[in-house]
Amino acid sequence: MTTDIKDRSGQGKGLFRFSAPPVFYPLAGRLAPWFAGIAGVLTVIGLYIGFFVAPTDFQQGEVYRVIFIHVPAAWMSMFIYLIMAFWAAVGLVMNTRLSFMMTQALAPTGAIFCFLALWTGALWGKPTWGTYWVWDARLTSQLLLLFLYLGFIALTSAIEDSRRADRAGAIIALVGAINVPIIYFSVQWWNTLHQGASVSLTQAPSMATTMLWGMLVMALAAWAYTIAVALWRVRSIILERERHTDWVKAELDVQESRA
Amino acid sequence: MKPRSKRLLLLGSAGALLIGAVALVLTAFQQNLVFFHTPSEVAEGKAPQERAFRIGGLVEEGSIMREDDGYTVRFAITDTAHVIPVTYRGSLPAMFQEGKGAVVQGILGEDGLFRATELLAKHDENYMPVEAQFALDQAHKAQQTVQY
Repeated sequence: MTTDIKDRSGQGKGLFRFSAPPVFYPLAGRLAPWFAGIAGVLTVIGLYIGFFVAPTDFQQGEVYRVIFIHVPAAWMSMFIYLIMAFWAAVGLVMNTRLSFMMTQALAPTGAIFCFLALWTGALWGKPTWGTYWVWDARLTSQLLLLFLYLGFIALTSAIEDSRRADRAGAIIALVGAINVPIIYFSVQWWNTLHQGASVSLTQAPSMATTMLWGMLVMALAAWAYTIAVALWRVRSIILERERHTDWVKAELDVQESRA
Repeated sequence: MKPRSKRLLLLGSAGALLIGAVALVLTAFQQNLVFFHTPSEVAEGKAPQERAFRIGGLVEEGSIMREDDGYTVRFAITDTAHVIPVTYRGSLPAMFQEGKGAVVQGILGEDGLFRATELLAKHDENYMPVEAQFALDQAHKAQQTVQY
C-alpha cells in the first residue's frame, strides 16, 4: 500500500500527472488562496465601479445596477454547468476519479449562482417589467438549470457507492448541458420578455463603457471565486473518498501535528 | 479499438442523438415557446382566436389616452408594420412609455380591440448614461432644425 502513491503518479504523463489525487491535493491547496484573494480584490473594485462610478441609466434609473451581480451570476451558472459536463465526459471516457470529484465540487457553486441570477432577476423584474416572474423561455430554462443542479446534488448524495453516484451524476450533467445553449439563445430564437444580450462575442456591446467594465470585473471576480471554492471543495472530497489510503492518513497526521 | 476510444465514440453518438431529439422537440413546440405574438402575426391570423394570448411590440407614439374613470388606459401597440388598439384597466409599470416595448395579455375582440388583463413593460438591451441620451436628443433636434 505504501507504494500506491508512487505507482499512480508515475503512470501519468504531462497533465495527466495531476489527475492523481495525491498530486492534485497539495496543488489545489496552494492555488486556492490566490484565487480567493483575486476574487476579493476584484469584487471590491467591481462593486465600487458598479455602485459609485457607473452612470445612472437613461431609462431604468438606478435599478439597472442589478446587472453587476445578475449578469455575472447568470453567466457563471451556465458556464459552470458546461464545465461539469466536460469533467463528467472526461471521467466517463478516461476513467479518472478526480474528474468526477471536480464535477461534484462545482455543483453547489453553480446552484448558488443560478439561484442568485433568478433571485436578482425577480427583484429587477418587479420595478422594470411590472412582475417578479413570467414563464418566458429565458426564465423557464434558467429555472430548469437550477433544478438540474439540485437534481445532480440530490442524486449523487443519495447513492452510497461513489462509483455509481459518479456515473449517475455524469448522465445528469451531460444530458442537462443541452439546456445551456437553450438558455443562452432563447432570447434570439423566441419572443421573450427578457431582453436580448447586451454583450456578445459577435457584436459591439450596447452598453456604456464604465457599465461594461463594472460588469466584466464582476464576471472575473465570479470566476476567481468559483475556482477558489471548487479547489477547496475538491480537497475535502479527495480526503473523504481516499480516507482509506496511506497518503491521506500521512497527510492528516502532518496537518494534525501542525495544528 | 481501445476501450477508451470506444467509450468516447459511444458518448459522442449518444450526445448527437440527444441534440437531434431536443432540436426536433423544440421545433415542434415552436408556437408554444414564444412568450408573445407580434402585431403582424396577429394581423395574419396566426394568433390564437377566442382564448387569451399575448401581444408584444412598441407602444405607438402619442397613442396613450386615459379614460374618464381614471384607470382605464387606451393605447396602440405596433411593430411598425401593423397597429393593434389596446384597452387595459389597472396600474401601469413605471417603465411603460410611448415608443418603448410592452407586452399585453388578453383577448382580441371581434371589433379588433384587444382587451388586456395584464400589462408588462419590455425592456431593451441598451444601457447608457442619462447625459448620453440627452446628447442624442439634442443632436436629433439639431438635425431636424437643419432639415426644415
